[in-house]
Amino acid sequence: MGTIWVYAEASGGQVASISLELLARARELADTVEAVVGGEGEPVAAELGAHGATTVHATGDLGDGLAGPAVASAIAAAIEGGAAPDAVLFGTTYDGRDVAGRLSVKLSVPVITNIVELDQADGSLVGTEPVFGGTVNVSTRFNGSGVGLFLVRPKSFAAEESGGGPAAVSALPVPDLGATGAARVVDRFAEESTGPKLDEAGVVVSGGRGLGEAEKYSMIEDLAKLLGGAAGASRAIVDAGWVPYSHQVGQTGKVVKPDVYVACGISGATQHMVGMKGSKNIIAINKDAEAPIFGIADLGVVGDVHKVLPKLIEALQARS
Amino acid sequence: MDIVVCVKQIPDPADPGELDPDTKTLKRDMKLIMDESDSYGVEMALQLRDAAGEGEVTLVSMAPNEEVNGLRSALAMGADKAILVSDEALAGTDALGTARVLAAAIGRAQADLILAATESSDGYTGTVPEQVAELMGLPSVTFAKEIQADGGEVLVKRQTEAGYDEVRCPLPAVVSVTAGVVEPRYPSFKGIMAAKSKPMDQVGIADLGVSPDQVGWAGGGQEITDVSPAPEREAGEIITDEGDAHERIVALLEELRIV
Repeated sequence: MGTIWVYAEASGGQVASISLELLARARELADTVEAVVGGEGEPVAAELGAHGATTVHATGDLGDGLAGPAVASAIAAAIEGGAAPDAVLFGTTYDGRDVAGRLSVKLSVPVITNIVELDQADGSLVGTEPVFGGTVNVSTRFNGSGVGLFLVRPKSFAAEESGGGPAAVSALPVPDLGATGAARVVDRFAEESTGPKLDEAGVVVSGGRGLGEAEKYSMIEDLAKLLGGAAGASRAIVDAGWVPYSHQVGQTGKVVKPDVYVACGISGATQHMVGMKGSKNIIAINKDAEAPIFGIADLGVVGDVHKVLPKLIEALQARS
Repeated sequence: MDIVVCVKQIPDPADPGELDPDTKTLKRDMKLIMDESDSYGVEMALQLRDAAGEGEVTLVSMAPNEEVNGLRSALAMGADKAILVSDEALAGTDALGTARVLAAAIGRAQADLILAATESSDGYTGTVPEQVAELMGLPSVTFAKEIQADGGEVLVKRQTEAGYDEVRCPLPAVVSVTAGVVEPRYPSFKGIMAAKSKPMDQVGIADLGVSPDQVGWAGGGQEITDVSPAPEREAGEIITDEGDAHERIVALLEELRIV
């Protein structure tokens, strides 16, 4: 395959891990790998180059505009102007989905979504998506003409440096967006968080409906803290308003692959399992011996989280 | 304030069905319900309409088989009317084709604000709201956890990796709503009865000026090449708590050098 573009996201001059993962896989599939950045290219050219991008197509500062319409229009204009990537890869992120969705309309090509594997067959890319809670894999080939667009789930590939020098920075002008560019960010808020990020933590402790009530989620936070990990949640308790969406692990929410995942009072709805079944070790505590989560647990405890967790927390506190 | 809410009718997630071995897509021959993800957008629309004190909430949905069950649920919550695009040609339509149909249907409704879920619970592609916005030439804000109407604009709290952004967006606009941000109301008995007589406008794709080659199997530009079972993860040791299960957990954490 000739050329793959990777939509690279960065904050504070640091490239997102999902973008580095995409670069690593793109390098294995294409002769030339280039990055597209919605923002300034210089601050990230070295890191992107070290991960295999030879060129960074950068829009320049987007100011208070949103990435979706700006980056999509810029890529579409570049392609209209003669740039010819065979495919563009996006991470399944807030902005990645926005850019891919807008670009798909502009280029009149589909987006192949929720990809966890990406391979080449007969000169075109084939993406594989898990369905039914990860029990079935569906592979989809882009067979249209033009550019293949793929939205890839985080943690599908391992990031790896290529040893390349800094990428060349090339301007990717944003055309006039008209009404589509009218949304403006007026303020940015960082939610207070202590400890490691959910999708980067070595240990994740998650709670579900089995906790019984919102107040009991503090047990999950206590245990996560004791293990130096992050606190997660099932969709059921996020939907119930017990914890913010940012804690959600699953098909909707974050994909996590920690060394140890502790599922507390989570039955294992397919929607949840997709987000955590790649964990190296899974410990599950649930009252119901028939809960599907026990089907994938390395250690399953059939028991009441209200009894097991306090004792576990106490035992760990006694050691520290 | 006139609001359109995109509603998807899906198989009950508690009984998700199976893939059709011939077409390699989800079998959809069972009764469909409203996707729970959409109930948040419906609730938010009702709150915005009621706060504005005027306007209508119109549901827009697409289904190949004249399914209205899920729409009736949303009408029972308090939505005013519904547009159902139902056409045999729609079977197998992908996200872009869906967006084309929805955009055309929404165009009939004269909306100030178009709400959708961030993604459906069955297909979860998560691209449709943004595709609809692009097709309609509108601005959009995705992953909203709060929407406030402010004159001819909305002020939206948009989920980000770090927390949230406050985004100001002029109307008309498309906003996608994350699940769990409002408490969807339960339909009252009165609401359920009233839903039966609310206007349900059923149209085909020809009525919308959408060509059959833009939807269905042919419109896709993608081809499913393989469907296979994923490698299974094996279950390990299962113990029953007799008051000492925490000791086994600590022992495993030690073995894994976590503690």
